[in-house]
Amino acid sequence: MNWEIVIGLEIHAQLSTASKIFSGSSTAFGSDPNTQASAIDMALPGTLPVLNRGAVERAIRFGLAVGATVAPVSVFARKNYFYPDLPKNYQISQFEIPVVQGGTLTFWMGETEKTINITRAHLEEDAGKSLHDDFTGPHGEPASGIDLNRTGTPLLEIVSEPEMRSAEEAVAYARAMHTLVTWLGICDGNMQEGSFRVDANVSVRPRGQAEFGTRTETKNVNSFRFLERAIQYEARRQIELLEDGGTVVQETRLYDPDRDETRSMRSKEDAHDYRYFPDPDLPPLVIDPSWIDVVRADMPELPRARGERFVADYGITDYDASQIIASRALADYFEDVARTLPAGQGKIAANWVMSEVSAALNRHEIDITACPVSAAALAKLLARIQDGTVSNKLARDVFAAMWAGEHGGDADAVIEAKGLKQISDSGAIGALIDDVMAAHAGIVAEYRAGKEKAFNSLVGQVMKAARGKANPQQVNELLRQKLQ
Amino acid sequence: MTRPLHSEFDGIAALRQALAQRQVSARELAGSALDAIAGQAGLNAFLHVAPELTLAQADAADQALAGGQAGPLAGVPIGHKDVFVTTGWRTTAASRMLEHYVSPFDATVVERLRAAGAVSLGKLNCDEFAMGSSNENSAYGPTLNPWDPQAVAGGSSGGSAAAVAAGLVLASTGTDTGGSIRQPAALCGVSGIKPTYGTVSRYGMIAYGSSLDQAGPMARSAADLLEILDPMSGFDPRDSTCVESCHGQANQPGRIRAGFNALAETQPDSQPLAGLRIGVPGEFFGVGLAAEVRAALDAALLQFEQLGARRVEVSLPRTELSIPAYYVIATAEASSNLSRFDGVRYGHRAAEYTDIADMTARSRAEGFGAEVQRRILTGTYVLSHGYYDAYYLQAQRIRRLIAQDFQGVLGSQCDLIAGPVAPTVAWNLGEKSGDPVAMYLADIYTLAINLAGLPAMSVPCGFGQGQHARRPVGLQLIGNYFDEARLLHTGHVYQQATDWHLRRPEQH
Repeated sequence: MNWEIVIGLEIHAQLSTASKIFSGSSTAFGSDPNTQASAIDMALPGTLPVLNRGAVERAIRFGLAVGATVAPVSVFARKNYFYPDLPKNYQISQFEIPVVQGGTLTFWMGETEKTINITRAHLEEDAGKSLHDDFTGPHGEPASGIDLNRTGTPLLEIVSEPEMRSAEEAVAYARAMHTLVTWLGICDGNMQEGSFRVDANVSVRPRGQAEFGTRTETKNVNSFRFLERAIQYEARRQIELLEDGGTVVQETRLYDPDRDETRSMRSKEDAHDYRYFPDPDLPPLVIDPSWIDVVRADMPELPRARGERFVADYGITDYDASQIIASRALADYFEDVARTLPAGQGKIAANWVMSEVSAALNRHEIDITACPVSAAALAKLLARIQDGTVSNKLARDVFAAMWAGEHGGDADAVIEAKGLKQISDSGAIGALIDDVMAAHAGIVAEYRAGKEKAFNSLVGQVMKAARGKANPQQVNELLRQKLQ
Repeated sequence: MTRPLHSEFDGIAALRQALAQRQVSARELAGSALDAIAGQAGLNAFLHVAPELTLAQADAADQALAGGQAGPLAGVPIGHKDVFVTTGWRTTAASRMLEHYVSPFDATVVERLRAAGAVSLGKLNCDEFAMGSSNENSAYGPTLNPWDPQAVAGGSSGGSAAAVAAGLVLASTGTDTGGSIRQPAALCGVSGIKPTYGTVSRYGMIAYGSSLDQAGPMARSAADLLEILDPMSGFDPRDSTCVESCHGQANQPGRIRAGFNALAETQPDSQPLAGLRIGVPGEFFGVGLAAEVRAALDAALLQFEQLGARRVEVSLPRTELSIPAYYVIATAEASSNLSRFDGVRYGHRAAEYTDIADMTARSRAEGFGAEVQRRILTGTYVLSHGYYDAYYLQAQRIRRLIAQDFQGVLGSQCDLIAGPVAPTVAWNLGEKSGDPVAMYLADIYTLAINLAGLPAMSVPCGFGQGQHARRPVGLQLIGNYFDEARLLHTGHVYQQATDWHLRRPEQH
C-alpha cells in the first residue's frame, strides 16, 4: 500500500530572559545544582508567581514574526500532575486561550518554498531536572537527585498544524523555526543545552484517505538529525505495524539515538488527566495594542524578507539567499561583504560565504560570530580577485593564511609576503608558454592532431611553471594563439 | 488567672499613648502576655511560642520608642495565624505535614506589622490549612472557646479569635476564605474584618483557595481593627492579585484610616449614622437561623436605626447557591494548591516507601488530616476530565451571578448589608465533627461574600439564651468593594453605643 506520513511538531523554545518567568532567579545554564532556585522556584509555602514581562514581550515578537494574532487577553492555567522535579506539582501554562494564535512559517526546502500553518504558541514554565546517573546520596549510596535550576525558565511552546508530509519537510520546518527564534533574539537556540526541543506527532494513512491515522508523540528530540531519524523510524514502525494487521496505539514515545529507535513511554490509558483550570494566582494577561506597537517598532528585518532583498539588491540566486539566511549573523556577515563590493559582485560574495567561509567554520566547529576573518577583510580579498591581483584559486591560500592570522590577517600583506600576486604580464606568460611548448613537443603534436584534451595538459604545465600564479584567462588566450 | 498588662488599656490607641509616655514598656507588655499565654495553655490558642523572639521584638520596639522612631503599633502585642509564614517561629498550618517547617522569609502581612512595630507573641492555632469551621481540624487539637470550654472556638481562625477573646493579645491576624475570620470572631465575641479581595497581600500566606483567601485582623473593637488593618493593607508587587488602586485611591497604608477619619469628622453628634442605608436581606433571616441569634440581631438592627441608619429590605436570591459554588471552587483550588506538599523538598516524608509515587502518596496520606484529604479529593474530582464543565465552570457562573446580586443591591438600594455571621451560636466540641456537610451548611451567610470578593466584618451583638448564655452572637456587616472604612466606622459607632464588645469571659 502507498502510505502518507502526517507530521505535526511541538517546539519548546526557551526564551532568552535573564530571569525566570515567574521569579527573579537567573536562567543562566550550567550553574551548580539548585543555586538558581529561589523560594518561588522551590514552591515553598506562601510563595506566589509574578509574570516576567520580558517573556511576554518575546512571545509578542514571535507572534508578529509569524503573522499571528497576539491575543489581547490570554489566560494562564495550571496543568496538574505529580512529578518530583515539578515543585508545585502543577505547571503554569496556557491552555484554552494562548497568547499567540495562528500564523504561518514559510521556508525553503531545497528549491521549493513551503508554508506551514501554526496553530498556536503559548507561554509556560519549564520543569527542573531529575538526576539519576552517577548521583549519590549523602552517604555515598545510589540515589536520585533533583536540580531545580531550570525550574521556571520561560518556554514558548509553538504548535504546528499536522501539515508536514515527510521527515525532511519536518526538519526543514524545524530548522526554519530555529532560524526564526534565534533571528528574533528570543531564544539562544542551543539544542545541546535544551534551549530548543522538538516533539513530533507522527501518524500514517493510506494515500488519499481524508481521516488522520492514530498518532504517537515522540518527545524531546534534541538535534535535527535525530528528529529526521526519529520520524523515519516511527513512520516505518507504524506502517509495518499496520501492514501486519496491527493497530497504532496513541502514546508518548521517546527516541533513543544510540539504538536509533523510539520506545513507548506511556500509553493513553495511563495518560494524565491534567485537570487544567485558570491559575487564580495570575490575572488574565492583558496585552494592550500600544505594547504590540512598541514591540513592532523594534522588530528586525525577518529572514524571508531579507532573503528576497538579497536577491534583488545583490543579484544572488534564491537558493543562495535561502542558505545565507540560515542565521541572522551569517546574513549580516554576507551583507557586510556584499555591500563593500561593486554592484553586481554579490554572487562572488555569496559563493565565498557559502563555500570557503562555511567550510572553515564547520572544520573548526565555530559560529560565524567567531569567524577570525572579518567581513571587511574578506571583502578586501574578494576585491583583489576582482582586480586580478590574485587568482581565485590562490585566493583560497590567502584566505587560509588570513584565517590563521598571518600578516595581521590582511589580504594585501599575505599576497605580498607569500608572493602570490598573479602574473598578468603577457610577455612573461608568453615566455612561459614558449618554454612549455618546447619542452612538451609531443603534447603539442597531439593537440595539433586534433586531441583537444592535450590543451588542458599544456595549460596545467604552464600553471605549474608559473607556480599557479599566472592569470588563467591570459594563459588560455595566449596558448591558443601560439598553437594556431 | 493573671491578666496581661495590655488588658488594662482601652484599646490600641490608649496603649500607644501609654507607651509613648513611657508609662509602660513593650518588654513589660510582652513579658506579661507570655506569662498569660503560658497560664492559659489549656485554651490551646497558641501553637508556637518563642519568648526570646518575642522579647527581642519588644526590645526593638522599646528602642524605637526611646529614639522617637516608633511605628504606629510599636509594642502592641499581637499573634499570627499559623498560615502566615514566619522566620523564627515554625509555620505548620496546623498540619502534621509541616510539623517542623520554618520559613526562610516572612509573609508580607507579618513583615508590615512588624515594620509598624507590633510585637508578635507567636503563632495561633487554626483548622489544618484553614479548612474548617470549628478549629477541630487542627492536627494539634482544637482551640477551646474562652467563653465556654465545651464550645468550639469557630474556624478556621479559631486560635486568633480565642487569643483576643481571652485577652492574651490585643489583636491577631486571620485569614478568611469562606468566613474564617468572621465566624470565629462571632463565636468568640470579638471583632474581625475580611477586607476586599486584593487589598491585603497574600504573599507568605499558605494558600487554601487562592481566589477567595484574604487576610484580615481580629481585635476587641472596630477601632482596634482599623489600627491593624490600615498598616497591613497595601499593594505588594509579589502578589499579582493585589490591586494597586482602589477606585482611584492608591492601595497603601493610610487609605482606610483616611476614609474612616473623613466619615468620623462628618458624622452628626446625635444621629451619627444618619443617612446610612442598611440593607437587610430576607434570605439571611430564613428558617435556618436560630431564634436566639435572630433576637440578638433584631436588637442590633434596632440599635442601628436609633443611631440614625435607615433599614432597607433587600434580596440576595442566590445566597443558597453559594454553598455548592464555594465548595467546588475552594476545593478545586485547594487540590492544586496543596499538591506542593509531597515530601520531596520539605515537610513530612513517609519513613518507608517503594518508589517515588509511593513516597508522595504515603507522605500525603500520613501528613494530611481527614478534612484536608476530603477537600483535596473533592477538588480533584470537580476538575476531572468530563466533570469540569458540570462542576467547576458551573460554579464560576454562579459566582458571577452572586457578585451581580450584591451589585444589584449595594449602592442603589443600600450602603451596607447587615445580617448574621452564623446561623447558630458556637456548638459543642464534637457535635458536628462527624457530619462535614452540616458543618459546611453553617457557612451559608459568609461564603457569598468571598465569592464576590467584598469586604465584611463581624462585631459582637449579644449572646445566646439559656444554656447558651455564655455563647456570643456576631453581627455581620457587608460593604461594597474597598468600603472597609465605612464598615469600620459603622461598627465603631455601634460599639460607642453598646458594650457587647467590652464583655470579657472571666467577668461575664
